[in-house]
Amino acid sequence: MQLDDLNAIAEKQNSSRKKIILRTCMSAGCMSSQADVIKKNLEAEVKTQGLEADVEVRRVGCMGFCGQGPLVGVDGLSAKEKLFEFVKPENAAAIISSLKGGDCDVQVGNPDHPFFAKQMKIVRANGGVVDPERIEDYIAIGGYTALHQALTELPPPQVVEEVTKSGLRGRGGAGFPTGLKWGTVAKSPGAKKYIVCNGDEGDPGAFMDRSVLESDPHLVLEGMAIAAYAVGADQGYLYVRAEYPLAISRLQIAIKQAKQLGLLGAGVFETPFNFNVDIRIGAGAFVCGEETALMASVEGKRGTPRPRPPFPAESGLWGCPTLINNVETFANISAIIKRGGAWYASIGTEKSKGTKVFALTGKIKNNGLIEVPMGIPLRQIVMEMGGGAPDGRQVKSVQTGGPSGGCIPADYLDTPVDYESLTKLGSIMGSGGMVVMDDSTNMVEIAKFYMEFCMEESCGKCIPCRAGTVQMLNLLEKITQRKATARDLAKLEELCDLVKNTSLCGLGQTAPNPVISTLKFFRAEYETLLQPDPFGPHANGTTNPIELVTK
Amino acid sequence: MNPSVSKPQKKRIQAVLAHASGDKRFRILEVHMKKHQFRQDALIEILHKAQELFGYLEDDLLLYVSVKLKLPPSRVYGVATFYHLFQLKPQGEHTCVVCKGTACYVKGADKILSAITDLYKISPGETTKDNKISLLAARCIGACGIAPAVVYDGQVAAKQTPETTLERIKNWI
Repeated sequence: MQLDDLNAIAEKQNSSRKKIILRTCMSAGCMSSQADVIKKNLEAEVKTQGLEADVEVRRVGCMGFCGQGPLVGVDGLSAKEKLFEFVKPENAAAIISSLKGGDCDVQVGNPDHPFFAKQMKIVRANGGVVDPERIEDYIAIGGYTALHQALTELPPPQVVEEVTKSGLRGRGGAGFPTGLKWGTVAKSPGAKKYIVCNGDEGDPGAFMDRSVLESDPHLVLEGMAIAAYAVGADQGYLYVRAEYPLAISRLQIAIKQAKQLGLLGAGVFETPFNFNVDIRIGAGAFVCGEETALMASVEGKRGTPRPRPPFPAESGLWGCPTLINNVETFANISAIIKRGGAWYASIGTEKSKGTKVFALTGKIKNNGLIEVPMGIPLRQIVMEMGGGAPDGRQVKSVQTGGPSGGCIPADYLDTPVDYESLTKLGSIMGSGGMVVMDDSTNMVEIAKFYMEFCMEESCGKCIPCRAGTVQMLNLLEKITQRKATARDLAKLEELCDLVKNTSLCGLGQTAPNPVISTLKFFRAEYETLLQPDPFGPHANGTTNPIELVTK
Repeated sequence: MNPSVSKPQKKRIQAVLAHASGDKRFRILEVHMKKHQFRQDALIEILHKAQELFGYLEDDLLLYVSVKLKLPPSRVYGVATFYHLFQLKPQGEHTCVVCKGTACYVKGADKILSAITDLYKISPGETTKDNKISLLAARCIGACGIAPAVVYDGQVAAKQTPETTLERIKNWI
């Protein structure tokens, strides 16, 4: 495989393109509403109406607007794309005949809606455009040219330099500068190095990585290959949750196709660069999103974290230098190589560059995936793109960062969305889950929900997390059952501080965050549930419990 | 075989291997292990396959895997019990997985779950006495755009309510 061969595939693909393309979303969300039957019916209908020469029905990945699914997009009919929403299998005939002119009674979406208009797509640019199970589709839109460019034009240090210049930060949540991480792994001595892609998207309420893996698996593989070349690795592992069977099967197909074309494996693009990727399937453990726990799981062990340092960049998988990045981080790489680090750095704020994909869900009118430039005010996302809360209710708060994050109250909706601003509010950027809550939501219940999650998911290795989460949950339960006093609340706050500061890994260190942030902004909701304290300072005018008993 | 293995253990391992030779599923599992070159780091993949073949991971099956991969049984058992997706008990004929992710939770997944537990008297992780239905709760299946989601026998269903869920389950019985 050389550049000419790649271009030949692209050309062949583009020349065989039919006039009208019906893009049927076949991502997990739409698949749950019979998207596969819709596609089959559309194909059959194209045949019966004799439009085979002009119309192609294409399987595509996620188009983002999952709440309105199943979606079918139409290209080539008019200047703007047409988007059918809430499509049912029996609508196929009407949709196909509408291509010949005329209308059908299927709901048509508005492409100028702020939900689409305010997006800026880099990671999700091909989502809903290419067929994720055909590598030719990806090549036709310039896929794998970034890898070729890196291998033939840029020496490895320059690739690292370009990523550093882009200002890209880890999209898994912590926001560590990606270029710095790559540089450390590149400089670490060792003949064997590994690349790991963290696709263990355990954060409840987030599905960005699932969508990227399902819609555009080659983008992630290309990013991993460029990373491997930059740091000198020849083996990669893609760790995916077992809860995402569709993503796993599409990745398996993608890896097989890339190997067949010589874009992965030995001698990529006929250079001395070798790179193999294996998929590792998780088995349902939230803690495996933590990098050291994930590495243990890749090695086939219990996914328990270990203290850092040594950081994986120095001693990771089987003691070798290992580069671990999130799915979305890798998905940004090919654009950075193609268009340059400086271009990427021109998007976003001073310290947070580029775009971020968010999963906008919860009590909001427009559910789905959005990709926006960093620094966009939260209000624009929630009120304009999301359309605010449904049923005439008010938005009360926005939860970001999942069980490690916090709740941002509606008063702070003008906060720009970047790493620093969210941290200042006691929340985090996180992997990109954004759950909107309306005024019917009880914040103490939400805090309890997350605490229960952390308690169940605690791996049990360190005591503060294992025992602390249980005690904090007990206290929260006591509060919601209206059996707690001010002293219990004080104890809860003390425990939050202890668990946060003494736990071994990120899970425990951030587990108290939902409680801390709801206490910060919605303290009154906790206090109305409290009972008078029989041994408190105001009971019977005494503060000493022994005195109280003897009285 | 490891010389430190005690006599009764040795006997049990031999019994497991003898039993395995007569079961086709073990042969499929062995082919799968061969594909992974009997690598110990592929343990999780192999346990996934074993569960797919047998429905759940019983002790003898774990012992078989440990012998074949030359791993201590404690390590195999430790991994099997650590991860939520591995089932050590037999499952019911049908499984109903209610997603309890944040998006599903704020949209009423807890009501769906309590509707099932109230009617069938099973909590998440349990199976009805007639072995018909296993109820499970998932942490997040990543279908937040269509919340609340329920997975019936591997099929994801969108925007469920307690009524639609009970209706689906009723059809199973």
